[in-house]
Amino acid sequence: MRWDVVIGLEVHLQLATESKIFSGAATQFGAEPNTQACAVDLAMPGMLPVLNEQAVRYAVMFGLGIGADIGLRSVFDRKNYFYPDLPKGYQISQFQEPIVGRGHFDIQLEDGSVRRIGITRAHLEEDAGKSLHEDFHDQTGIDLNRAGTPLLEIVSEPDLRSAEEAVAYLKTLHSLVTSLGISDGNMAEGSMRCDVNLSLRPAGSDTLGTRAEIKNVNSFRFVEKAIHYEIERQADILESGGTVVQETRLYDADRDETRSMRSKEVANDYRYFPEPDLLPIIIEQSWVDSLRARLPELPRAKRERFIADYGLSPYDATVLAAQRPLADYYEAVVQACGDAKIGANWVQGELLGQLNRNGLELAQSPVSAEALAALIQRIVDGSISGKIGKQVFEAMWAGEGDADSIIEARGLRQVSDSGALEGMVADVIRGNPEQVAQYQAADEARRKKLSGFFVGQIMKLSKGQANPQMVNDLLTQQLDSASANGDS
Amino acid sequence: MTVHEDDIEKLAELARVRIAPEEVAEVTTRIATILGLVDQLQSVNTGAVEPMANPLDAVQRLRADAVTEGNRREAFQAIAPAVENGLYLVPKVIE
Repeated sequence: MRWDVVIGLEVHLQLATESKIFSGAATQFGAEPNTQACAVDLAMPGMLPVLNEQAVRYAVMFGLGIGADIGLRSVFDRKNYFYPDLPKGYQISQFQEPIVGRGHFDIQLEDGSVRRIGITRAHLEEDAGKSLHEDFHDQTGIDLNRAGTPLLEIVSEPDLRSAEEAVAYLKTLHSLVTSLGISDGNMAEGSMRCDVNLSLRPAGSDTLGTRAEIKNVNSFRFVEKAIHYEIERQADILESGGTVVQETRLYDADRDETRSMRSKEVANDYRYFPEPDLLPIIIEQSWVDSLRARLPELPRAKRERFIADYGLSPYDATVLAAQRPLADYYEAVVQACGDAKIGANWVQGELLGQLNRNGLELAQSPVSAEALAALIQRIVDGSISGKIGKQVFEAMWAGEGDADSIIEARGLRQVSDSGALEGMVADVIRGNPEQVAQYQAADEARRKKLSGFFVGQIMKLSKGQANPQMVNDLLTQQLDSASANGDS
Repeated sequence: MTVHEDDIEKLAELARVRIAPEEVAEVTTRIATILGLVDQLQSVNTGAVEPMANPLDAVQRLRADAVTEGNRREAFQAIAPAVENGLYLVPKVIE
């Protein structure tokens, strides 16, 4: 039987505020346990929440980024459940009246097709603390540093149809929120956590099947693997005549499987009710308008601009516009070297390649945009070839200095002296009489191919420093005149 | 909704509240009375009533995003029943 896959994603996004959503404690990642948990976060008696303006601003910016209705009035609710990393016994969240309503954004798939994915809503809430279950002689250790960190929970419509689409959705969302600057998007540190809702239905049917929810999948790769596993699991159940149970499951990356956490029959009734400690949030339309006016350029618009202004291919533009730091780096290179296309090749090829190989973030790159631009200028002005440029780049990466001093110190400047080149061309022709004979016997089309051999030999002789354009010209000249002599 | 003595005993355990055995019957009656009141409230038709998030006719004030609370772990942990390596210890919550 063939099945259609229906996926909806809930993403918990940590907002990049300095302080917590309802208290003045710091939100920095990696601090000593409980050193960033104040009386409000600890739910000491009598403490009252006071809402962080920046968290509201970031939520509204997100709403504007996905073309959503902004809730000019929104309300916080208490979501009640018991867990020791939630000292109040309830999470302050938004239930009935979220700050961001219906919106959408487009995702691009690998075959180039574009799909519009609906966003049901996004609401503000507080994060819980962390429970550490190991090493405390049958007790659980609680770190409340994370308690009260502002989260934006972003709920998609069940519009996604495959693991590939789910990953494309998350990457696009990641690119959007980092471009907006509302989150650092650091998945390894839990800044973006994902719950996957997945169900199957017979191909072509439009009734939804029973879904399972997979909690807390924390990387793009795990989302993909968890979805593949879960599709197979549900298909096996349905094909053997069983029914899928509505339940919460956990993805275990070590075993690459999902397993049941709790079924809905025993699931919590959260007993939502309006948070009496907070008044309704009223936002002025003028404030929303001013945020809209100051919204940074979003990846999609940037991509279009890169295509229009720099003449980049859609693929190159997508890669370079996706993340703001990379886009800024690229634009700095273009501004300094003046060649958008060569700049794009170098940033995507050598720079990203080295960063990946070394597992570095762009911010840690030992080669600045200005330094890379200076190297590109030497290629553009013919001082060195692109191939030599790669050697120079590697030396720059290793900290040997700027492009000019490396070219100078290693004597890499391209040989454009026609006298010297003529000599090399003549040497190679003399040294390869067999190939010359083949060349002379060949027709025009085949000659072009054969000349590649000679160019290779000359480049080798010059240690890659011969100016390729001049070599080509001189070579054709000498070979053709040699054939002319041979004919006569 | 009817409430039985064993419900009360279970709730007391979950809430970590100690109710003496001789008090269970009385607590059950009192909670049943409260639930009866809730039932009475729930029978009212509220279809035309706009939900009220807060009785105060006021709007939430927002605070600037600034860190104003420093580290006071020592003071807080001085009154905690069990701590280790800076963590609060609680009875184990997973098997």
